[in-house]
Amino acid sequence: MDVIQMQRTWVEYTKSLYREGFLDSQFAQLQLLQDESNPDFVVEVVSLFFEDSERLLNDLTKVIDQQQGVDFKKVDAHVHQLKGSSSSIGAQRVKNACVAFRSFCDEQNIEGSLRCLHQVKQEYYLVKNKLENLFSLEQKIVAAGGSVPVDELGFL
Amino acid sequence: MESCNCIEPQLPPDELLSKYQYISDFFIALAYFSIPLELIYFVKKSAVFPYRWVLVQFGAFIVLCGATHLINLWTFTIHSRTVAIVMTTAKILTAVVSCATALMLVHIIPDLLSVKTRELFLKNKAAELDREMGLIRTQEETGRHVRMLTHEIRSTLDRHTILKTTLVELGRTLSLEECALWMPTRTGLELQLAYTLRQQNPVGYTVPIHLPVINQVFSSNRAVKISPNSPVARLRPLAGKYPGEVVAVRVPLLHLSNFQINDWPELSTKRYALMVLMLPSDSARQWHTYELELVEVVADQVAVALSHAAILEESMRARDLLMEQNVALDLARREAETAIRARNDFLAVMNHEMRTPMHAIIALSSLLQETELTPEQRLMVETILKSSNLLATLINDVLDLSRLEDGSLQLDLGSFNLHSAFREVINLIRPIASVKKLVVTLHLAPDLPEYASGDEKRLMQTLLNVVGNAVKFSKEGSISITAFVAKAESLRDPRAPDFFPVPSDNHFFLRVQVKDTGSGINPQDYPKLFTKFAQSQSLPTKNSGGSGLGLAICKRFVNLMDGHIWLESEGLGKGCTAIFMVKLGVTECCTESKLPAATNASMNHAQTAFPGLKVMVMDDNGVSRMVTKGLLVHLGCNVTTVSSGDECLRLISQDHHVVFIDVCMYDGYEVALRVHEKLTKRHERPLTVALTANSDKATKDHCRRVGVNGVVLKPVSVDKMRSVLSDLLEHRNLV
Repeated sequence: MDVIQMQRTWVEYTKSLYREGFLDSQFAQLQLLQDESNPDFVVEVVSLFFEDSERLLNDLTKVIDQQQGVDFKKVDAHVHQLKGSSSSIGAQRVKNACVAFRSFCDEQNIEGSLRCLHQVKQEYYLVKNKLENLFSLEQKIVAAGGSVPVDELGFL
Repeated sequence: MESCNCIEPQLPPDELLSKYQYISDFFIALAYFSIPLELIYFVKKSAVFPYRWVLVQFGAFIVLCGATHLINLWTFTIHSRTVAIVMTTAKILTAVVSCATALMLVHIIPDLLSVKTRELFLKNKAAELDREMGLIRTQEETGRHVRMLTHEIRSTLDRHTILKTTLVELGRTLSLEECALWMPTRTGLELQLAYTLRQQNPVGYTVPIHLPVINQVFSSNRAVKISPNSPVARLRPLAGKYPGEVVAVRVPLLHLSNFQINDWPELSTKRYALMVLMLPSDSARQWHTYELELVEVVADQVAVALSHAAILEESMRARDLLMEQNVALDLARREAETAIRARNDFLAVMNHEMRTPMHAIIALSSLLQETELTPEQRLMVETILKSSNLLATLINDVLDLSRLEDGSLQLDLGSFNLHSAFREVINLIRPIASVKKLVVTLHLAPDLPEYASGDEKRLMQTLLNVVGNAVKFSKEGSISITAFVAKAESLRDPRAPDFFPVPSDNHFFLRVQVKDTGSGINPQDYPKLFTKFAQSQSLPTKNSGGSGLGLAICKRFVNLMDGHIWLESEGLGKGCTAIFMVKLGVTECCTESKLPAATNASMNHAQTAFPGLKVMVMDDNGVSRMVTKGLLVHLGCNVTTVSSGDECLRLISQDHHVVFIDVCMYDGYEVALRVHEKLTKRHERPLTVALTANSDKATKDHCRRVGVNGVVLKPVSVDKMRSVLSDLLEHRNLV
């Protein structure tokens, strides 16, 4: 594929991510911060986000699966962290799922919490997948000598 | 009945006599038999006959008598023993029954007689009742007439109709020959003939009111018979020889003022009219009691109806008057509205006209400030700017006088440097004072706080006005300004007994005294000092100009600041001291003057980078930390990140300009407090900004309590971060 086509695919893909609500304007802010002095800013932040989130999700699973009573305070703390991270990078659907999760935690509703946890996990894996695709596309563009056309996104 | 039970010898009877006896006996018997039959017949016919038993007896008696006579017929000739026996039996029975009947009749006849008497009595009674009913019917008629009369009278509220109707109806009801009404004249000394029944246009007969007959009638509320010869009764030429009886009755003329609420009016000082009624002459009619009563009733009704009419007239008149007044008021209101509108239009136009040059001055001065200037020039330009800004504010306030009057003006509260406010005022006034060779001294008490919270602009305006007045009214000498914190005892001013300042923990009362050696105040002018537009008439001040608004506005401002302002002077030529006290808040915050003037004009938003700004970011979430760091690095800051409170406190120093603290961390607020504690010197302390994802009031309050310089909502965009930093550095506080 030639560069221009790849760039166009990239733009379409990114736009679709915004349209479908996977990402919100915060992600766009991150893209703005990426410049010559900081060329891999977005990738770094997102990788950190993946690491953090997976750790948090594992911890959450462990806490909720406890047979002898769920410690909702801990659950809440973890979800809070996850919410913070996801909102910092603009992973909108993950953040929304976290918000719902927190309300079930407040009610100390185990059923609801479990359901939410599945939801959050699902959203997380989805967005992870999407972002990984996006990054691999970006790498291909850069490898082919082009640049990532952030300006063409237009609605920032 | 002759006894014919003698057995007659066989004499050749006198044949003729026997024959006649025979025939008579026959007829007697016949009659005797038919009588009971008739009786029975008629009694059967009649429904009422109480004595049936007597009838039976009587019947039996007659039948037996008849039988006897019948049987007698057989005894004329030779008869057998049987016949004799039958005869005897019959006679015996007859005797018995007749005696019984005779005895019975003794009882019966008086009864029958009494029936007769009763019958007579009843007939008399019926006749009497008839008569009485006739009387009642007459009375009833009369009563109906009265009701109708009253109804007629009351159905109209027109005085004349009432009176006329009264006379007409009375005349008709009582069949009067003449009926007249005498009304008192305006003077009250005479009675004038107002209405008559028969005469169409009564010519104005008058009769003096104090005649004995009239007094007699007026003194009683009953109808009084008067002589037909009295002046009031001699209305028409005598129709017949014997004039009919005349009756007169008074008619009270009631006024509204006569009515006391709870009882029928005392007819003490009342005016009466006189109604005279004459029966037809040459009739034998006399005034009956019930007719007199009727007349009295009617007179009362007339009085009531007349008073109603009078009340109505009164209320109509009042209503007309009110309508007139309404119209006049409406007109006045419209005129007032037009005047107000004209004034507002004038103000609006003048507002615009005055503001335009002001804006030009301010704008050009700021532009001038941007150019190359020597320090003295810069100072001058700054002074120009400050003065123009103050003047602009003054224009706003003067032209919005109505806002001040309504009390809809509100103070712009904020923290400011009190000391520098005073100094600025002095600097502003010094040039003018030095021209007049006046010495201006400022003395700030050592316990006067450096910073205070209140409306800096208006305080300075007040101060400037007071000091300005001092300069204006002093030809020579000195002006001394002292400012100190008012202690409780000195807070009470003898001149203002209802000023009760209550100092509290967060507030203090600033007391400023401006003493001059100028022309002083005439004690007579004191009340007008704070009145708008009122200038004192004394010669020295006439030339000094001024709109007379200054002190009035100051007073308003001072009042808004819960304070009090007054002037003291020993008299003309003896100088004057202006004293005012205002309530200011105690504040810890270090903020710079909020005046749009001068020094901050150079800071503009074109600056996108904050090179070398040392910033610390404290956030326990790795991703957020990284993002915030990225933002700040993009804006050119020198960023240190920490992830815990301890680390933050360890690394924080005075070199850092700004610290961003994520207060959603569990010890976020504490860290902010500790940072403030650790670095207490206000001027060199880093600015703290709280980062939070919550925008609710509780978080804001908490942040305020902790004393951070700003609160920012996560997630932060580049633009927001840029504006946050620039605002922070400009104002040292996020507004």
